[in-house]
Amino acid sequence: MKREIPLMIVFVAGLFMAVQFFVPHATSEYIYEFVMEWTIIIGIFALALGIWSFIKVAASKIQRRSENWQYSIVALAGLAGMIIFALPWFGGLESYMFRSFFNNVMIPLHATMFSLLAFFIASAAFRAFRAHSALATVLLLSALIVMLRFNPYMGPLGDIDADIASWILNVPNLAAKRAIIIGIGLGIVATALKVILGIERTYMGKD
Amino acid sequence: MTAKTILFILVAVLLAPLVMAQEEAVPDSTVGVIPPAPPLNFRAFDTPYDNGHSISLEWELSADDGQGRNNVLGYRVMRAESPDGPFVERGIVTSGGTSYNDSGVKESDSPDYFPRDHDFYYKIVATTADGSEAESEVFGPVRAVGQWFNARKWPVLIAVGLFTAFTLAFITLARRGKDLYVRPLAGIEAVDEAIGRATEMGKPILYVMGLGTAADIATIASFTILSRVAKKVAEYQTSLIVPCYDPIVMTVAQETVKASYYDAGRPDAYDDKDVFFLTNQQFAYVGGVNGIMIRQKPATNFYLGKFYAESLILAETGATTGSIQISGTDEVTQIPFFVVACDYTLIGEELYAASAYLGREPVLLGTLKAQDWGKACVIISIILGVLFAIFGWQDGVDAFRPGN
Repeated sequence: MKREIPLMIVFVAGLFMAVQFFVPHATSEYIYEFVMEWTIIIGIFALALGIWSFIKVAASKIQRRSENWQYSIVALAGLAGMIIFALPWFGGLESYMFRSFFNNVMIPLHATMFSLLAFFIASAAFRAFRAHSALATVLLLSALIVMLRFNPYMGPLGDIDADIASWILNVPNLAAKRAIIIGIGLGIVATALKVILGIERTYMGKD
Repeated sequence: MTAKTILFILVAVLLAPLVMAQEEAVPDSTVGVIPPAPPLNFRAFDTPYDNGHSISLEWELSADDGQGRNNVLGYRVMRAESPDGPFVERGIVTSGGTSYNDSGVKESDSPDYFPRDHDFYYKIVATTADGSEAESEVFGPVRAVGQWFNARKWPVLIAVGLFTAFTLAFITLARRGKDLYVRPLAGIEAVDEAIGRATEMGKPILYVMGLGTAADIATIASFTILSRVAKKVAEYQTSLIVPCYDPIVMTVAQETVKASYYDAGRPDAYDDKDVFFLTNQQFAYVGGVNGIMIRQKPATNFYLGKFYAESLILAETGATTGSIQISGTDEVTQIPFFVVACDYTLIGEELYAASAYLGREPVLLGTLKAQDWGKACVIISIILGVLFAIFGWQDGVDAFRPGN
């Protein structure tokens, strides 16, 4: 029964979600939203588990003096600080310290990580566009045409460049994209069926 | 007093009321303005295939909209709960428009609430720039009712039914022992090699499940691959690191890895601290995972699941640390980044097929064959659609349009 009951729940819930897609009635919507709200509630409880896991890993590193264990102290201090400063006695989410850390530490750090993407795109493009084979050369030429079309300084180099770039984007590029999307759609249905029918059950862990 | 003077006074006295009447008439600018022709054949009906919180309205243009005096600016949509009113304006449609969807939300405490199973009366008022108006006849009662089946989704239902039939048929065939051929996938075949390499080098394997939640199908597919990978990792006695973005994903991943270690006969090797929660902030997560890559230099990195802007940052960092990288995602925009930066990439549906390849279980292979047949059906449909369009068979072409 330890196995059968969760499988039955998965079957019923999966079947409901599939049927719900075809039923626009408000009752169906109501049940769907009710289930979704439960997902959020479970997520909140799971967050406590996540934080506990985080603390356990960081504390273990400090305890064992693992390599770069000092970073774990910073991580734990950051976690504790943000929780403490957000407490009502310190002014809640609007408190000066909480907002200062959020605006002056967290946001710049996030922005820094995100902006690294520009450099990584450049280095990845450098590797991808090396003309070491006929296909790679086609890729390089296509990329050049499209990049010239959308460069912000000069604009398209004439109508022919604009037309070819549009054709590349709207015909071969879009066709490949749609083929992948159709494949993904079938894969999603197949995986959902495997889960609903109990064929795929590795996510349930051990009996 | 001459006769001329007497005549002048007489005329003035007689004309005075006329002049005064003229002066009084001046402020009323609408006198003499001709109202536009009203909209015709107005009707309101329950919007089909919806949740029961909207009414659709249709009418024919006023004779003065785009023709005639051409003075209609737009149409005011008015609603009331009785045919005598009071009517409340629900929306405005500019000239040339002949339909309106009066809808709202189902939450009764919302100002935008639209009650279902409730009688309403509608009328359409054609308006002009000079303020003159012409009303249609009042239509009603009409009520919004929720439907139990969206008939516009018939094609989807048929496609899903067909695909389910394929899947069940191939699973039955596989259970009966029929040998099913599936084409090899380079990314999957590299998994054993990658784990072996990590074992030889004495370095860990990093398994990143992306930013998906446990409800995402890509994450569910990633769980199944993680299960196979963890089993092999346990057999090879290598270490595995699974930093998680979502706490629920972490909980499921811990159970998955633990089960695989049990299956491999190595429950003692499992450590909860190997599958841990990092953060649920996108770029903080990237920073954390990149830190693990740079400090611990894993021999193999798996990126399987849902990825967004962080895909290239992760994969490029992994490339610089010299790891073998195997990736797979169903996010179409991220696939090129993985293709460029990783050694092997599972493109789109291959992510869902991977668990079947790794497990080689007949039942799972059955679903793979069903996917192939599903793709064959899609290809045949596309070819048919193209042929219908080329030979001008409009009914055939229309069959592919949404809503038919």
